Amino acid sequence: MNNFEPKIVAFTCNWCSYAGADKAGMMKLKYSDDVKLIRVMCSGRVDPQFVMDAFREGADGVMILGCHPGDCHYRTGNVKAFKRYKLLKKTLAQFGINDKRLKLDWVAAGEAELFQKVVNEMAETVKELGPLHLTGNVEQGGK
Amino acid sequence: MAKPKVAFYWCASCGGCGETVVDLADKILDVVAAVDIILWPIAMDFKYKDIRAMEDGSIAVSFINGAVRTEEQKEIAELLRKKSGLVVAFGSCSSLGGIPALANLTSKKKIFERSYLKSPTVVNPEGVVPKTKSKVDGYELALPEFYESVYKLNDVIDVDYYLPGCPPTPDLIVNAVNAILEGKLPPKGAILSPDKSLCNSCDRNESKPEDVAISEIKRVIDVEIDPEKCFLAQGIICMGPATRDGCGASCINGNMPCTGCFGPTDSCKDQGAKMIGTLGAILEGDEEETIDKALDGLVDPAGTFYRYGLSASMLGSARKEEEDE
Ligand code: SF4
Ligand code: SF4
Ligand code: FES
Repeated sequence: MNNFEPKIVAFTCNWCSYAGADKAGMMKLKYSDDVKLIRVMCSGRVDPQFVMDAFREGADGVMILGCHPGDCHYRTGNVKAFKRYKLLKKTLAQFGINDKRLKLDWVAAGEAELFQKVVNEMAETVKELGPLHLTGNVEQGGK
Repeated sequence: MAKPKVAFYWCASCGGCGETVVDLADKILDVVAAVDIILWPIAMDFKYKDIRAMEDGSIAVSFINGAVRTEEQKEIAELLRKKSGLVVAFGSCSSLGGIPALANLTSKKKIFERSYLKSPTVVNPEGVVPKTKSKVDGYELALPEFYESVYKLNDVIDVDYYLPGCPPTPDLIVNAVNAILEGKLPPKGAILSPDKSLCNSCDRNESKPEDVAISEIKRVIDVEIDPEKCFLAQGIICMGPATRDGCGASCINGNMPCTGCFGPTDSCKDQGAKMIGTLGAILEGDEEETIDKALDGLVDPAGTFYRYGLSASMLGSARKEEEDE
């Protein structure tokens, strides 16, 4: 058995996926407690620096959850988030970070089951991947 | 009154930073006359033992260029720190890791393999690789350790000021030296170049449309560059939005895009992430296919976004373990 408990940071949009998580809670749908939610006003608010920072500070996986295409409260925030996500993935690969450690998905406010599903799947995936172990300049000191 | 003592040192660097001091030409003569240079390996002969014999804090200022890749570089940086009142990180490598830090995308193991065993120009049937200690004819020989990653200067010692640029421009250097001589320095830790983005002082900024939208990322070798128009608007990656001002837009004036050598501004924690943010906002289309196609032209994102700044990036370097599966 794999006892590893991954740390996953999920940036969730206030208007959709965060509300979806709320609904999942009210419906008593269990989802992995390895996933820690951070509420943002829009997936477009997720600065790529947040994602890098999460990995640097020890996250084994990062999720960005936003409104379905066409449903963003700020019109195109989610589209920008998607493009940044594509760029981030391409860049993170060069740092040896597995593609599956960063995931973007769309979850609406009513989609409590979908929220439960994507979050649990991510927790499973990252659990299988194991700890990220970023060793780089993160430990400073010239060694 | 004794002249202030000044040291110049190089760690992992190309020598360009030393060259730029010489390029100060007539301006350097005033500097040379005003100070007493006690260490400058690129131009004059000095011995480390003389530096060791000096009193702590007796060097007014040490300008250290280059990144820290080896044990020797760390040792001399520490020595100069002890002997100096001020330490200035001179240039991109010292401030941010610079070009040598691109090696952080690979590992020491792979570098040794390539350089000493596998490169087509290497003949090494016995597979000899450098070791920190070896015995030859009864003598023990020592080489400085080659570190796993390339570090910026402030990873190994305390740094007072930073002069950005690959290399820093003569104007910035002269301003810094004068500020030191006149005791008119900004607060400790300051980067001695304006804290705004390069686009602010770029002549092409005017030509940038309100809503830049690019459908394809182009490489400079594949296109004829319009000498008036903003590079980003031409689909060519220009690091201007994520890069600190102060070079006088040298590359832009030579009709080449900015590659980011001045590093980020104070408010930005990661130059590459900032550029990803900017690009994400201006790429055209919303279908995955269109986006993938546009990104085809971006063959080396990490090397483009962190050309000079890997040691200063949030991730610092690639994972050293073999595969992340
Ligand atoms: S992106 Fe480059 S060319 Fe365009 S305004 Fe900024 S610095 Fe100038
Ligand atoms: S334009 Fe960019 S790359 Fe060129 S000198 Fe200025 S900061 Fe450095
Ligand atoms: S408001 Fe939900 S993604 Fe923009």
